[in-house]
Amino acid sequence: MEMTERHVMGLIEMLYKMADDQLIIGHRNSEWTGLGPILEEDIAFSSMAQDKIGQSLALYELLHELGEQDPDTVAFTRNAEQFHCCQLVEAPIGEFDFSIVRQYLFDQAEALRFEMLITSVYEPLAMVSRKFRGEIKYHVMHGKTWIEQLSKGNEESHDRMQQALNAVWPLALGMFEEGDYEKEIAEVHIFAGEKALQARWMETVVPFLSSCGLEIPAHSDAVLGGRKGKHSPELQPLLDEMCEVFRIDPSAEW
Amino acid sequence: MKIKSLDPRIERAQLDSDSQEGMNSPMDQFQTYEVFEQKKRGTHHIHVGSVHAPNAELASVFAKEQYTRRGQCVNLWVVPTAAIYATAYEDADIFETTPSKYHRDPESYKVMDRIQAFKQKQNA
Repeated sequence: MEMTERHVMGLIEMLYKMADDQLIIGHRNSEWTGLGPILEEDIAFSSMAQDKIGQSLALYELLHELGEQDPDTVAFTRNAEQFHCCQLVEAPIGEFDFSIVRQYLFDQAEALRFEMLITSVYEPLAMVSRKFRGEIKYHVMHGKTWIEQLSKGNEESHDRMQQALNAVWPLALGMFEEGDYEKEIAEVHIFAGEKALQARWMETVVPFLSSCGLEIPAHSDAVLGGRKGKHSPELQPLLDEMCEVFRIDPSAEW
Repeated sequence: MKIKSLDPRIERAQLDSDSQEGMNSPMDQFQTYEVFEQKKRGTHHIHVGSVHAPNAELASVFAKEQYTRRGQCVNLWVVPTAAIYATAYEDADIFETTPSKYHRDPESYKVMDRIQAFKQKQNA
């Protein structure tokens, strides 16, 4: 099947939401730098935040090749309503329990998304997916190891994991908000779609969380809107902070 | 008094400068694990440092970012520090005469000359 303008628009829409998710969660998680629960975790969490920003750069570069603005302009000059990230990634870091549950649920989705994209007909994206496979595998390993440890720790740590899961779950479901071109990108095999990804994610995270003695929140509605530019009030202050240096001096090297 | 900082994260945390919270007693720490990295398959694992962790799995997760964030690595070992039995420094004299036992050094054997000569012939 031939690629039409609508297919390219679908591709661009998908790349924006993936890159924006990574940039924003990367910036959010970097807020733990210097404040992590122990030195070793501080370094691990900060490294992963850095990885996320690197992943977003690779995707913004693909967008640039497709005719969008250069990565710095895209990252630093848009307002909240021009971002396509889900509301999961913009929520404040909260306590470590919230951040670690979010980290796992996000990265598990990301790992599955990239795994699906390895066979994408859009070869530059398939290449990026292959490149980051190991990096994301570590991120998932990190999240799982912590959640298992804390869920099976003591009563307090188990309760806090459960409460964090209850808080993160509806936001996490918002990752799979469908775009306007789901049919188009699926029919030319760019990506099988958000519904397919969500099904694979559920098959992966539900048995794992259950094995940790955690209950999946029932009757939980997804927090939607992020993909269409509808964000929580927390996103704009994050952007103001992230873009501060760029706005003072766009030519600054740092 | 609240701590004033240019770092917005510190400002948000509203930290009390007189607080004793988070001050741990010396024993209130995780145990340590020694970390060994292997740079290439088939080569030796080399000791690179240690990490604090509640168990081996998390020690491995920490060691990966602590010690392999720069440079190549294909495999990591973590071993509880407590599992290591070490010699005492006051017994270091047990090694004292070793450097003079040159007969244990294969480099000192005459046969090395013949091996070198053979190698040169092969390469010629």
